[in-house]
Amino acid sequence: MNYLTNGWTIRSWLLTVDHKRIALLYIGAITLFFFLGGAAAALIRLHLLTPAGAFLSAEAYNRMMTMHGVIMVWFFLVPAIPVTMGNFIVPLMIGARDLAFPRLNLISWYLFMTGGLFALYGMIAGGVDTGWTFYAPLSTAFSHGHLVAVALGIFISGFSSIATGLNFVVTIHRLRAPGLTWFRLPLFIWSLYATSLMLLLATPVLAMTLILLVLENLFHIGVFDPTIGGDPLLFQHLFWFYSHPAVYVMILPGLGVISELVSAYSKKAVFGYKVVACSSIAIAVVGFFVWGHHMFVAGQSLYTSLLFSILSFLVSVPSAIKVFNWLGTMHKGWIRFDAPMLYAFGFIGLFTMGGLTGLFLATLAADVHLTQTYFVVAHFHYIMVGGMVSAYFGGLHYWWPKITGRLYPEMWARVAAILIFFGFNLTFFPQFILGYFGMPRRYYAYPPEFQILNILSSAGASILALAYLLPFGYLTWSLFRGARAPANPWGSPGLEWTTQSPPITENFEEIPVVTEGPYVYPPPEVLSHG
Amino acid sequence: MPAGTRIVTGFPYTAVSITGTETDHLLWALLAVSFAVMVLVVGLLLLYAIRYREASRADRGNPEGKSWAIEISWTSATLVVFFGLFLWGADLFVRLDGVPDNAIPIYVVGKQWMWKVEHPDGQREINALHVPLGHPIELIMTSEDVIHDFAIPALRIKHDVVPGRYDTLWFQATEAGEYHLFCTQFCGTDHAAMGGMVTVMSEPDYTAWLSAQPNEGNLAALGRAVYLHNGCDGCHEGRGTSGAPPLAEVAGREESWLRDSILHPERRGAVRMPSFEGRIGEEDLAKLVAYVKSLGGGGR
Repeated sequence: MNYLTNGWTIRSWLLTVDHKRIALLYIGAITLFFFLGGAAAALIRLHLLTPAGAFLSAEAYNRMMTMHGVIMVWFFLVPAIPVTMGNFIVPLMIGARDLAFPRLNLISWYLFMTGGLFALYGMIAGGVDTGWTFYAPLSTAFSHGHLVAVALGIFISGFSSIATGLNFVVTIHRLRAPGLTWFRLPLFIWSLYATSLMLLLATPVLAMTLILLVLENLFHIGVFDPTIGGDPLLFQHLFWFYSHPAVYVMILPGLGVISELVSAYSKKAVFGYKVVACSSIAIAVVGFFVWGHHMFVAGQSLYTSLLFSILSFLVSVPSAIKVFNWLGTMHKGWIRFDAPMLYAFGFIGLFTMGGLTGLFLATLAADVHLTQTYFVVAHFHYIMVGGMVSAYFGGLHYWWPKITGRLYPEMWARVAAILIFFGFNLTFFPQFILGYFGMPRRYYAYPPEFQILNILSSAGASILALAYLLPFGYLTWSLFRGARAPANPWGSPGLEWTTQSPPITENFEEIPVVTEGPYVYPPPEVLSHG
Repeated sequence: MPAGTRIVTGFPYTAVSITGTETDHLLWALLAVSFAVMVLVVGLLLLYAIRYREASRADRGNPEGKSWAIEISWTSATLVVFFGLFLWGADLFVRLDGVPDNAIPIYVVGKQWMWKVEHPDGQREINALHVPLGHPIELIMTSEDVIHDFAIPALRIKHDVVPGRYDTLWFQATEAGEYHLFCTQFCGTDHAAMGGMVTVMSEPDYTAWLSAQPNEGNLAALGRAVYLHNGCDGCHEGRGTSGAPPLAEVAGREESWLRDSILHPERRGAVRMPSFEGRIGEEDLAKLVAYVKSLGGGGR
């Protein structure tokens, strides 16, 4: 008997309060949104094969580009790791029977789905032509799309974010197993804790911004309209006050997953555990004070730009610390090359590259040239797709045996991980060069000088699209045909591996008692003869 | 073009403005730092992955116990490098912000989906900008509708153009040629079509070009007509009892200050002056501002 076999009716799924079943409901939804957003991206890349644009009209291109951004940001990247792996693993990792508020957890899923349906309705009914950033006054007085439906969708799904954040914060404070002190918590828990704080504090600002946007759009109240006393820059301040922390909401859980993977496949405790744990909190705190780096050329004051520039450099220090500590963890380890570790390798390289190109954009005079070009597109995708999506796939493979009770096919998984890495680089590396030469983003047509690099990028995207379909295929196959997984297939030390795969509904027969830190592996003598 | 002037088209590899050359140096420094860090990270990653693979018999004795010394050293090294880069970028950015006194003012108005340019002597162009080589140019820009962004990659400059205010950019081109001009802030349907070419010409060529253009008269003179048409002289030329100052007194002010004063006189405490918001279009406003500036004598 396990949580999967405990009830077969549709009702037992749709009204479940088991965090593990809710996690699976989320995985279904997230996968759907990932493929929808991906399809939009594929059409964009196909269209940009020729300088004049291959087949989309300007209107259609703008709507496709907006759809890609809205779906990927709010319905994939922000929720992806917390609501799936977070939901499934957090109670198991800390030795709890469920999250603190199981019903709230279910309500979160329904809010997410309702928001998603609103947004999807807006997209299908005709889409939005403003870009995912909704800058006023374009979005408030000059747009012809279904902005209100999409904004409401994001607004509603925001409540799901807030509820999930709240649930995790309370769970991590209150439901840790006996003996599981703060500095014995796995780093994935630390990163989700930091993420949850950001969700709780930043999402309400997004809600306000969206309400003002909708009111302005429907009734023209004038908050953002300069002709009647409003200010278009106010919108940008409000929007980025949420959306920059949101970028860390997207990547922090990924950083947590990578800490787990690097340790598990190096069979070694994370180097500098406390520093890595605290760096997550540092990112969450400083991450609230860097939003103005999106506005260096927007017309904010000189002094504001200077301040935001130095703070942006500061926020990248804790991220750099994490990278160095992962390398320290690998040093003198027993490194295995299973697919999750290949994703972790890819993550370290691509995230470092994304971080370094972030320095270009934090450096004021360099940003003047590079901002609003494909350089920004490439930078963002190195962090979000190269980083966050790699972490998502790495974590999904690592915990797959625990979630499904089946092993995934290792060889296929390695092939997919390697293909994703190369496809990704071919897609996005040329975009750095395009940006350096000045190709603006969000262009449905471009000067012919840029064509070769665009063709390379599109070729990479087709490899990437294929590579993303692979896991979808073989993971589905393994659900039915995969070998049965033991409780702890990787020899990992976390509490989630002490219970059976898949776990019973209440996770543990008996709540474990914790007596040591999170990453205790067998001594070297045992490992070297194993 | 005079002999010996190289004509560059499109996207030169190196910047063709004074500040742009400095931006290029900064970009190369950033690239060098990034390359060094990438080599270090990827190098160590590959080295450890091979050396400490599960099957290897490499020595794993004496793993580092206390990690504080290492943590503090790599954190402070990172901080020092970052602070240096910050200072470099900030210094150049501050200089990009300060317009030289002798810059030629050119007014730019953005609207969906075109750029309208007005030269000081009244020459107008659309989706094109002609400027002389080796002379600082100031662009005084505003928008009639949404936010646009005036970007010239070859000069390494760009700035958003926000409705309801003036934003400025300045540059001094160092090589004659034709360079792409883009709108880089998403502004709706034909965003990608909102651009054109910037032509940098030698001084004599520029003078010849200016005189070949149809011209409705000097921008300031046109501004004088707008001024009279709106009855501004009634108060500002001292015939009334309004207490309105002669405009020569404010001619030294920045363009954005003047524009704001015309649209929102209450912000300057001028309670008896009516607001001209919504009554004068952006192009006439530019003329009016140019007229007031001209009263200062000797241009900028």
